[in-house]
Amino acid sequence: MDLNYTPEEEAFRRQVRNWLDENIPTSGLRGFDRNADRDKSTLEKMKIWQRRVHQAGYLALSWPKEYGGQAMDPVRQSIVNEEMVRTRAPALIGAMGISMVGPTLITWGNDEQKARYLPKILTAEEIWCQGYSEPGSGSDLASLRTRAEIVGDEFVVNGQKVWTSNAHFADMMFCLVRTDPDAPKHRGISYILIDMKSPGITVKPLVQMTGDRGFNEVFFDNVRVPRRNLVGKLNEGWMVANATLFHERNMLGSTTTTQMLFNRLKALAAATMRGGRPLTHDPVFRQRLADLEIRVEAMKYHMLRQLTDSIRGRNPGLGAWANKLVGTELNHDLAAAAMEAMGDYALLARDDGHAMDRGFWPYEWMFTLGLVIGGGTSHIQKNIIAERGLKLPKSR
Amino acid sequence: MDFGLTEEQEQLRESARHFLASECPAQKMREIAADAPGLSPELERKMAQLGWPGLIVPEQFGGAGLGMLDMAVLLEECGYAAMPGPFLFSAAIAAYALAAGGGDEIKTRWLRALAAGDATGAVAIVEANDGLAPSDFAVSARTAPAGAVINGVKMFVPYAQSASFFIVAARTGAGARDVELFVVPANAAGVKIRPLKALDLTRRLALVEFDGVLAPPEAQLRGGADLYERVLGAGAIAISADSIGGAQRVLDMAVEYAKVREQFGKPIGSFQAIKHAAAEIVADLEPARALVWYAAYAFDALPREAARAAAMAKARACEVYSRAAGKAVLMHGGIGFTWEHDIHFWFKRARLNESLFGAPPYHRERVAALGGY
Repeated sequence: MDLNYTPEEEAFRRQVRNWLDENIPTSGLRGFDRNADRDKSTLEKMKIWQRRVHQAGYLALSWPKEYGGQAMDPVRQSIVNEEMVRTRAPALIGAMGISMVGPTLITWGNDEQKARYLPKILTAEEIWCQGYSEPGSGSDLASLRTRAEIVGDEFVVNGQKVWTSNAHFADMMFCLVRTDPDAPKHRGISYILIDMKSPGITVKPLVQMTGDRGFNEVFFDNVRVPRRNLVGKLNEGWMVANATLFHERNMLGSTTTTQMLFNRLKALAAATMRGGRPLTHDPVFRQRLADLEIRVEAMKYHMLRQLTDSIRGRNPGLGAWANKLVGTELNHDLAAAAMEAMGDYALLARDDGHAMDRGFWPYEWMFTLGLVIGGGTSHIQKNIIAERGLKLPKSR
Repeated sequence: MDFGLTEEQEQLRESARHFLASECPAQKMREIAADAPGLSPELERKMAQLGWPGLIVPEQFGGAGLGMLDMAVLLEECGYAAMPGPFLFSAAIAAYALAAGGGDEIKTRWLRALAAGDATGAVAIVEANDGLAPSDFAVSARTAPAGAVINGVKMFVPYAQSASFFIVAARTGAGARDVELFVVPANAAGVKIRPLKALDLTRRLALVEFDGVLAPPEAQLRGGADLYERVLGAGAIAISADSIGGAQRVLDMAVEYAKVREQFGKPIGSFQAIKHAAAEIVADLEPARALVWYAAYAFDALPREAARAAAMAKARACEVYSRAAGKAVLMHGGIGFTWEHDIHFWFKRARLNESLFGAPPYHRERVAALGGY
């Protein structure tokens, strides 16, 4: 064990930090970008930002060079992630493409697909959305019913997706469709790429509990998709999608965001007076704060352990199955503690003139709950840990 | 950046698990626990042959000269086996105290014997009022012409009954930092040991009375309050490591049982209520293990972070163990509540670990205070 970075890595970190300090846009985008409402001009600025990050060589560091990556080790990627959070760099608008569809195409895509899609993922010329969940298929995703029939050289797609983040401005969707309704449910699914400008697609906004328009319903009415947009083999889409989920779970995201949330909570508690003393000196709240910090630290080392496994070329063990459950619940617990610290000020919407910190925490409290749900609720995560991690028998 | 065990540490873990599975399986653990001394001379001898007691003892005193992370790896396996005996207290805590604060004479006499398995040390820290802070101490050391004279009662001293010597923490003044550690032979005049009946059958506890016990100058360890803090840190890490191993064991037992026990025509492990309980143990345990490794690493490598890291590990790992043990007993249903089933040994050891050398609220307060809240 050695928690020091090499001199080369330290130099790389300084170089990243300097670049970020000089290049982060000073207006509009900076900070925690939780707001999912994105008007046209914000969107354009975000695309420009991602392009600059790409040109500087700080995007998709672990992708092979031939696809526009840097072929660097996971430590470099984690350094970039940490510095982006620490310097409050704007979010990457193409994150879904970079972290989900890109790695899937690198693994499963044919040469034509790689050449056609990967460069534009990095340059933000094409923004991707994920077409997985359906009204009748949430936790039981494999029961999905959006149908794709093969007619000549095309799939003809009919059905509906839901909770589709970014569909209102995405250019492309990676989508799971049923191509064999007679096969067992996991074996009749295919993974296809759909141009969002295709005739027959209707995107209807859904408003989240935060009040933002973050996700959508997407309807398909005889949407024609070229057969060459099939990724992997026909009816083997479930396997391809699981590879994507594997990438999602293995996104060696640093826990810097969580640490920054904790620091912000601690500062809030120190500045909040109750009964003539700061909340940090209230015996009950002090214990809660320490408990949260301990959990934040534990998560940090838990992720560093997996980073090390990945550098050593090993499978992350049982613990990796718990990342989503532990990480999202911890972020939500941090926000909930801040809400308690704020007392009645936690009740104000962010556009109220008396809102503290422009309503950061009430928004974060709701937003982080969304993350506890999205990508499989905590209940589903526990099933996954039990069945895939502990090999307990399936209940279905 | 490397947050993982070395190949040697992984070998140590494998060989320890293998050794304890054959030398201290649950049946053997129960036999040792039922025997009054609560230790097996045969097992202690075999561990000495493997060099375990001297793991963190410097090589010049017959040890292997390894660090706290190596010790944590080993203690995790001891916790997995719920191995009874003084090993943790002697090899991780007393050995550290002697190595860090002892002069050559003390080291030559006690540390060498400890490393060879010919002596064990017990830590007499906790007071009759259950306090750990020097300001809570009633046990005092008064300066006398021939050394220091120690008076007072220490409680909850693990394996006092079989110890060759004690590491005694005593107050030397009224200030919060007026504390010194002394090495007192178990057969010194004025030492009286009264066994306590502990819930945890894999551990022996005693009250130790020091009635005008004379400690010559060389018996006083160097380091005062700083050394005392470090010794508490070593204790916190050692118990945390044992807890991680124990939590892993109760999880393994519960999962194994859930795969074979059938109700409603199916293994109970196919029901989500059982799955979720098991998954919650995993979600608690895995990050806690990383935290304990970090604390053990920091103990040797990051002196400025070490005290806080140890407090974090103790607060978290022990709570995780207790919670895991409670869930695991419940997953067993009625059989888990019987004397016949083994799981209650781990359940009770979890409770001892949670409390001894500071319960979670005590360590969370330390985390807050050391973190400048």
